[in-house]
Amino acid sequence: MSTTLTKEAPGPVEEPILRKPPTRKRLVPYWLLLPGILWLLVFFALPLVYQASTSVQTGSLEEGFQVTWHFQTYVDAFTEYWPQLLRSLLYAGTATLLCLLLGYPLAYLIAFKAGRWRNLLLVLVIAPFFTSFLIRTLAWKTILADDSLVVDVLNALHLLDVTSWLGWTEGERVLATPMAVVCGLTYNFLPFMILPLYTSLERIDGRLHEAAQDLYASPATTFRKVTFPLSMPGVVSGTLLTFIPASGDYVNAELLGSTDTKMIGNVIQSQFLRVLDYPTAAALSFILMAIVLLMVTVYIRKAGTEDLV
Amino acid sequence: MTENTTGGDVRLTGISKTYGSFTAVHPLDLTVPQGSFFALLGASGCGKTTTLRMIAGLEDPSTGTIFLGDRDVTDLPPYKRPVNTVFQSYALFPHMDISENIAFGLRRRGIKSVKKQVDDMLELVQLGDKARHKPHQLSGGQQQRVAVARALINHPQVLLLDEPLGALDLKLRRQMQLELKRIQTEVGITFVHVTHDQEEAMTMADQVAVMNGGRVEQLGAPADLYENPRTTFVANFLGTSNLIEAEVVETGSGSADVVVTAGGGKLRLPGDRCTDAVRQGGKLLVGVRPEKISLAHADDAGSIADGRNRVTGRIVDSSFIGVSTQYVVNSPAGAELQVYEQNVERDARLRPGAEVVLHWNPAHTFGLDAAQDIDAGVETVEDAA
Repeated sequence: MSTTLTKEAPGPVEEPILRKPPTRKRLVPYWLLLPGILWLLVFFALPLVYQASTSVQTGSLEEGFQVTWHFQTYVDAFTEYWPQLLRSLLYAGTATLLCLLLGYPLAYLIAFKAGRWRNLLLVLVIAPFFTSFLIRTLAWKTILADDSLVVDVLNALHLLDVTSWLGWTEGERVLATPMAVVCGLTYNFLPFMILPLYTSLERIDGRLHEAAQDLYASPATTFRKVTFPLSMPGVVSGTLLTFIPASGDYVNAELLGSTDTKMIGNVIQSQFLRVLDYPTAAALSFILMAIVLLMVTVYIRKAGTEDLV
Repeated sequence: MTENTTGGDVRLTGISKTYGSFTAVHPLDLTVPQGSFFALLGASGCGKTTTLRMIAGLEDPSTGTIFLGDRDVTDLPPYKRPVNTVFQSYALFPHMDISENIAFGLRRRGIKSVKKQVDDMLELVQLGDKARHKPHQLSGGQQQRVAVARALINHPQVLLLDEPLGALDLKLRRQMQLELKRIQTEVGITFVHVTHDQEEAMTMADQVAVMNGGRVEQLGAPADLYENPRTTFVANFLGTSNLIEAEVVETGSGSADVVVTAGGGKLRLPGDRCTDAVRQGGKLLVGVRPEKISLAHADDAGSIADGRNRVTGRIVDSSFIGVSTQYVVNSPAGAELQVYEQNVERDARLRPGAEVVLHWNPAHTFGLDAAQDIDAGVETVEDAA
């Protein structure tokens, strides 16, 4: 009996916790969410619905477009433009891989070895953003121009013979070839790879490296078994931040490529702005989105990031 | 890795470590006997962890050599040393489960069938049911045991423990101290344990090296260090000591008593418990542990046996802590003398303000060189507590 009595005793203390807060206070979280929700509605949900409806319309600019639930547009668009779609994924995938190969050592260096230079190096990584995306891409036109130093050196080393044989370049040219487009993509998206990689590498407790080495792991094994697995969240977010925008990009292919290197972004852009075939453009956008979503889902499952974060 | 099973002492000769102009560890020679539980004790920044890290290979010594048995390992990288460490923060791999963590060292040495050994090790640290858990799902004490298991499974020649109990609460710490001692006795591996907790060092270790300012102040068995401190730092850092400044009257010879005067009274102490320097006369610090002193009310002074050292004073503070009562006594010989009285027969007159006589067996008195800082090691005890 005495135990029940003592259990009842703290009753009055619990009461304030159970009591509902005043209505005004309960609404605060919703008020705070409102700007974000409005933003998403106006700039994401509405355009998405609008595009979805456009993709199933038929008609012409003169006669006006009508929603006719014409799903055939998807089939036609895919049949006609699958090479560009495939090329986009290939270029974006290659650029992402190159970003990872270039970005990982740099992020590693900044996170573990840079010491007092760390902040300066991080600023240098972001520095290109102070110049417009377009101007930076145009600059690559000069860098890869036919008589430029880079191309001369590549020629002198006979590296272009190899790349030409692989079909990445044509003869003694780099500009207007797949390699130029991939270079541009890699360059433009590199910071999006480095920053998440740096963040996740920097979070790794240095004592784990010591523990691994203490447990007979050589530096290489330590990297393979400890550092790299622990940096997986950064690898996953870095590759997503690079691959997703790169697969929809059209500026690099437009400025550095040729008609043979058109990506799906170029097709969508010309369908919208030149051909004025809005339904096809909208359908292609959705096809791209669906493919990217599918690939990302499979990728995240494979990388097993839920386990890590 | 057959050399892991062959034993050998850890021998440090002339080991030192400097960072720029700062000397973390002054050249030191140290031998840790094989199979012993050895403690490096000192306040933070005394160089004990740096010494440990040099044995592990995580820090390169500026001078000196490290031997494991007959093998010079000074230039071996950590992953080639038959030595394992239990880190202060445990440093468990967060992306691996407990059994993968424990198997890590075995796998790195190319051992394929690890299951049996991992299971045995989990059993030893009583975590059999946690094999598939991730480190963050375990409590601090459990993580600590995983860290010990992960190191021990490799049967290292030496196990290094870098304040492994620092993050645990008091009760768990006491429990783990016994646990570690049990494991050490069971596996018979040399343990080198770094700690700032003098009680921990004394309960666990066979040998304790007290470090201060990058130097080893004194090395010995816990009881020996406690009873015969050779410096004021050791006297104050290990437990509490009453240190009284005194003038030598009779130097005595051999094991004859030295007689000194302090605050107008005479005190005797065994000649062989003084450092040699004080045998020439002059000043000396007389030390006595608080629990060795008995308190008598001034009215009962006559009943104190002859031949005991006496100091008169007045109680300024007393605190009852269950098994004993701690008194602070001011006397002409020294201010704030500490006295711990067992609560066997409490004398109601022993209250703050009472005039008392402190008396103790002269055999419990030790003499230290008066040229040292009388308060060395005092502050650090409070920091650590």
